[in-house]
Amino acid sequence: MMTFKIAFRNIFRNRRRSLMTMSAIAVGGIASLIFGGYMLYTILGFQTITVQRGGHLTIFRNGYFNFGTGNPAAYGIDDYKRLLTLVREDPVLKPLIAVATPTLTVFGIAGNFDADTSKTFFGAGVVPSEQDSLRNWNGYGLGRPGRRSGLADDDPVRGVIGTGVARILGLCERLDLPNCPPAPRNRGEAGEVPDAPVLNLPAQEATARADDFPWLDLLAGTAGGAPNIVRLRVERAEYQGFKEFDDNYVGMHLDLAQQLLYGRSQPKATGIVVQLHRTDDMNVARARLLSLFGARDLDLEVRSFTELTPLYGQVIGLYASIFSFISVIMGVVVLFTVVNTMGMSVVERTNEIGTVRAMGIRRRGIRRQFLIEGSLLGAFGATAGVILAALIAYAMNNAGLVWTPPGAAQPIPLRIYLTGNMALIVGVWAGLVIVSTVASLLPAMRAAKLPIVEALRHV
Amino acid sequence: MTGTAEPPVVRLRDVAKTYRVGAVEVQAVKGVSLDIPPQRFSMIVGPSGSGKTTLLNLIGCIDAPSAGGVEIDGPDAAALSDNELSDFRARNVGFIFQHFSLIPVLSAYENIEYPLLMVGTPPAERRAATLAILEEVGLADQRNQRPNQLSGGQQQRVAIARALVKQPKLVLADEPTANLDSKTGAAVIDLMQQVQARSRTTFVFSTHDPQLMSRADELFTIRDGLLVERATR
Repeated sequence: MMTFKIAFRNIFRNRRRSLMTMSAIAVGGIASLIFGGYMLYTILGFQTITVQRGGHLTIFRNGYFNFGTGNPAAYGIDDYKRLLTLVREDPVLKPLIAVATPTLTVFGIAGNFDADTSKTFFGAGVVPSEQDSLRNWNGYGLGRPGRRSGLADDDPVRGVIGTGVARILGLCERLDLPNCPPAPRNRGEAGEVPDAPVLNLPAQEATARADDFPWLDLLAGTAGGAPNIVRLRVERAEYQGFKEFDDNYVGMHLDLAQQLLYGRSQPKATGIVVQLHRTDDMNVARARLLSLFGARDLDLEVRSFTELTPLYGQVIGLYASIFSFISVIMGVVVLFTVVNTMGMSVVERTNEIGTVRAMGIRRRGIRRQFLIEGSLLGAFGATAGVILAALIAYAMNNAGLVWTPPGAAQPIPLRIYLTGNMALIVGVWAGLVIVSTVASLLPAMRAAKLPIVEALRHV
Repeated sequence: MTGTAEPPVVRLRDVAKTYRVGAVEVQAVKGVSLDIPPQRFSMIVGPSGSGKTTLLNLIGCIDAPSAGGVEIDGPDAAALSDNELSDFRARNVGFIFQHFSLIPVLSAYENIEYPLLMVGTPPAERRAATLAILEEVGLADQRNQRPNQLSGGQQQRVAIARALVKQPKLVLADEPTANLDSKTGAAVIDLMQQVQARSRTTFVFSTHDPQLMSRADELFTIRDGLLVERATR
């Protein structure tokens, strides 16, 4: 107790020096906390967007992840409805799962024959209402519900395309897209409609031009190898976050995608997207799924969103590197500042050290005294840093700043995720106290080693 | 040859102390043998640089002799580890320094209480002992003052109280009146003598203050590191 009392009072003995030292520690804390809060908000925001789009886990037929994109139809899951029931009704998974929904990946050619243009596309067939549920995921309370898919369960021909697809296929004007130049008309005549599709033209043609929405013809090879065409009514175009994706994306009803890919054959899905209530349950859910499949000898694999979106891991890696760099720089600044302060304190108190050693304090008592002083300096500075960082975060969160995170289609509020982030706060606080304590070690050891007689002679 | 029937508290046998100052060796104490009798006012006297303080440091086990042996109340100090010596000092030796050397961030009360904390005295006993000695040295009203709020004489009184509060076997005072005016110095000497008469603690001083020397029971005169005279009163 006396050691703490002496340490505490000594900190305030040289107020200006202690204040400067604590300021340096506080600045280190503020920098780490503000960047850490920003980093976490970004990562969690990115995770939210990713999970809203594609869930936490996706079940594929074995081999799809490595080879399926070349020929998705060949990797369709037979009897996917039974698989869905198995997943949804499993007593272990049921409380963990928010949404489990089938998806079908389609590659083909999209044509706007009104404009005499076509392009290859990448499509996803989804169950619209379940897709909208996916987009409502808000596991970190960031309050960012995704946009609704624009599809409807009762309207299988309705589709949503990327703004890039709309631009290339000359749909800017009809979809009323801003900043979207009209496609050059250098091939054929506009309005010229080609011959009827080959295999499976649904009975949509009668209503095809009965409304204001443009139509696209989607051509793809069926699982059997034959060409097939369906017609898609474009409800709207929306930016998909990445240009390459945006230039190729066509979203459609699962039924339409199945019609395109499987024609009159048995419809399949290429994946079952599983969205959990909490990301923390991902490993448990994955293990359970694999165990279910193993027990039933199902040839299926489970991939997480981090595997399916490598950018997610890269963004985390980048931020982690920057955070580590900032923390190390701040740690070194704090280290040298505290070493300097404690070193000066030892010199100033040499006679005092000699006195208490003569009175019977052991060397380790002297060491402990200075280590406690260093720790207290660190604790006061770190606490000030946490308080100031919280105030700065509050100010920034309410300043109306916005930014567009990677993969997002539109700007979102810039926030510092600090108040709900106790791990970061405790980590930075403890880190600063530890650095401060370690920095006191050298001066403390020097103080403890002082010969008593020499210390007493010091004036 | 203590001059008393009781065994000595401190026994020095052929003690020498050599310091190295750069390339030069300085022999501060040259083979001194002496016995300090118990419960007496003993003084090591001599001119400046004669080796008084070095001898006092050796007696107090805060310095180690280059040769010879120092026995305090039995064991040879050379046989004890640094920690054992610290513990020994904490229980048995009280120091009074020329510059008072109080801990500046502690009040008079806390400075006096500190040695009792070192030896683990229970709180109630600690408080009673501290208040009693504060009363004895006449500083009960100043107990909450920090050293910089006290006069030199008051600071030295606190230092005396700090040295005595744990009732040590031996109190070592290195020129305790050197930084005090003669009147205050005399008052401090009176106080120490008064406390010594009550507690029967062994006091050893180093001094060249004639006023202080006149109160000595035993006088050890040191010159150029050698014990040249011993007188008992």
